[in-house]
Amino acid sequence: MRPAPRTWVLAGLLLLLAAVPPLAAWLDQPFYLDLLRRVMIFAIAATSLNLILGYGGMVSFGHAAYLGIGAYAVGVLGFYGIHDGWLQWSVAIGASALVALAIGAVSVRTSGIYFIMITLAFTQMLYYLGISIEEYGGDDGMRLASRSQFSGLIDLADPAAFYYVVLAILALFLYLTRRLVDSRFGRALQAARSNEARARAIGFSPYPYRLAAFVISGAMCGLAGALLVNHTLYLTPEFMNWTRSGELMFMVILGGIGTTAGPLLGAAALLLLEDLLQGWSLLPKAVTEHWQLYLGVILVLVVLHAKRGLAGLIPGKNE
Amino acid sequence: MNLILIAEQTLNGLQLGVTLFLIAAGLTLVFGIMNLVNLAHGALYMVGAYLGTFFFQQTGSWPLAVALALAGSMLVGVVTEVVALRTLYERDHLDQVLATFGLILFFNELVAMLWGRAAIFSTIPEYLSGHVQIAGGLSYPLYRLVIIGIGLAVALLLWWVVARTRLGMLIRAGASNRPMVAALGVNIRLLYTVVFGFGAALAGLAGLLVGPVYSVQPGMGELILIQVFVVIVIGGIGSIRGAFAGALIVGMVDTLGRAFLKPTLATVLSPTAADAAGPALASMLIYLLMAVVLAFRPAGLFRAVR
Repeated sequence: MRPAPRTWVLAGLLLLLAAVPPLAAWLDQPFYLDLLRRVMIFAIAATSLNLILGYGGMVSFGHAAYLGIGAYAVGVLGFYGIHDGWLQWSVAIGASALVALAIGAVSVRTSGIYFIMITLAFTQMLYYLGISIEEYGGDDGMRLASRSQFSGLIDLADPAAFYYVVLAILALFLYLTRRLVDSRFGRALQAARSNEARARAIGFSPYPYRLAAFVISGAMCGLAGALLVNHTLYLTPEFMNWTRSGELMFMVILGGIGTTAGPLLGAAALLLLEDLLQGWSLLPKAVTEHWQLYLGVILVLVVLHAKRGLAGLIPGKNE
Repeated sequence: MNLILIAEQTLNGLQLGVTLFLIAAGLTLVFGIMNLVNLAHGALYMVGAYLGTFFFQQTGSWPLAVALALAGSMLVGVVTEVVALRTLYERDHLDQVLATFGLILFFNELVAMLWGRAAIFSTIPEYLSGHVQIAGGLSYPLYRLVIIGIGLAVALLLWWVVARTRLGMLIRAGASNRPMVAALGVNIRLLYTVVFGFGAALAGLAGLLVGPVYSVQPGMGELILIQVFVVIVIGGIGSIRGAFAGALIVGMVDTLGRAFLKPTLATVLSPTAADAAGPALASMLIYLLMAVVLAFRPAGLFRAVR
């Protein structure tokens, strides 16, 4: 079977991303390396959200919680002098999965608006918990002493090396999500999304499938959180702010819900647009200073008029 | 813990409760009737606070400022409904959440453009400042009592409108069966706009009342909006009675939790542990409450009749 056009576009995008570090070094513009690394980290988080939102039909308005847990796992271990990356990242993934299991066990039973609200409420709880723990900086957050250390194997302090680690994880997660969605598990998950009554009638209960997807998604997002705090070198409860959850949702929608390439396209479009509106010198000052106003208008227009997102512009099947 | 402190905090809780109710009433109606999740409802609260402050500075008359700010909030609400939200009614919740999230960014920046990013100073009229002596050495700010009074009066008025008038009958009918109401020849679009406008005015009223108590700044709407969501989810989405009960419960739990949880914990735990756990638990309390309510009554305490 020949790969679909979207697979080509995605492969092309990843190759393009792989070519960025030498290009940035050649142009002497390290800023782009930083910007695109951020884009890819958010693309990982958005990919994890897409698994439950796009394929599972679960509108989680609290996905920033796992970004926060992953970030706190790295930050708190670092605070006690444990900088070993293998340990830090495993704890980030494990803790996120555990919290997702607890949150999911309660919220996956509800649906519709109640699911949206209950996931939001749990994230708010964690957000306020982060704010009130003075030991780890509370409201102000705290600086990380060092990036995660992989005992000489990879040095994350080297911007290009860190960049390629993020790229590799992104590519791996995109591949794994694709495989997962095409598996029996993924088919069941999608069947439950499109018609729950029919799914029950043919003999399976959607709950365990949904809960499992919720936990996998949380664990993936936890790793994105660990990467994000390594990227910013600063730990703050703002990682769990509810607007962050909204941004993640928007990336998924903008890129194309339930498509493999969508989260990457959406994360790139949103973050580059933000950067453009904030800093592009050709734009009048009235725009750069109040860029959120224009971003807000663009958001509304996209939702109202571009139903299938950016991936919808490329020919291919929609789930 | 003495009685005066408890009474004072209870009044504070009541004041937060009625404020939450004013915002929640519009939000729950909009959800119940139009099936719209409106995250931008907090922005209308912010608009009310800014307009109230602005008009009071300009005119010097508080009642006039209140009237102008109410009309202004209603106008902003109606324009938003007609321009942006109308097309969203038939969409799924996901699109609604995102589009109204965009509106939040828009309104916050618009306000920042007009009045700046810093909090603006909002005053209360001379004759409403000062304290009132309530029985037994408890003196309480008059302005906060006024807020409680206005809030309870509006709640009563709202009950009367919904339960006793033709408009209220249409609202209830619209909430239970939209196509049927439209088939009976009611202009449902107009009804939506009217309901949204009144909801906006109520949120604006809340904003202009509490502006001088809290702080008037861009983003103030989102801080309270999430609490309001907790209120309507606890009360049962679409039910005004539920919104009232939910608002008072959340207002009380939040205020009393913040005031008394730490000293209460200190009697059981060590002082340092209470210091650490008290504030954290207090700010998580209403979300815990919501999770518990949803676990036992998945449709809230007062389920709207559908």
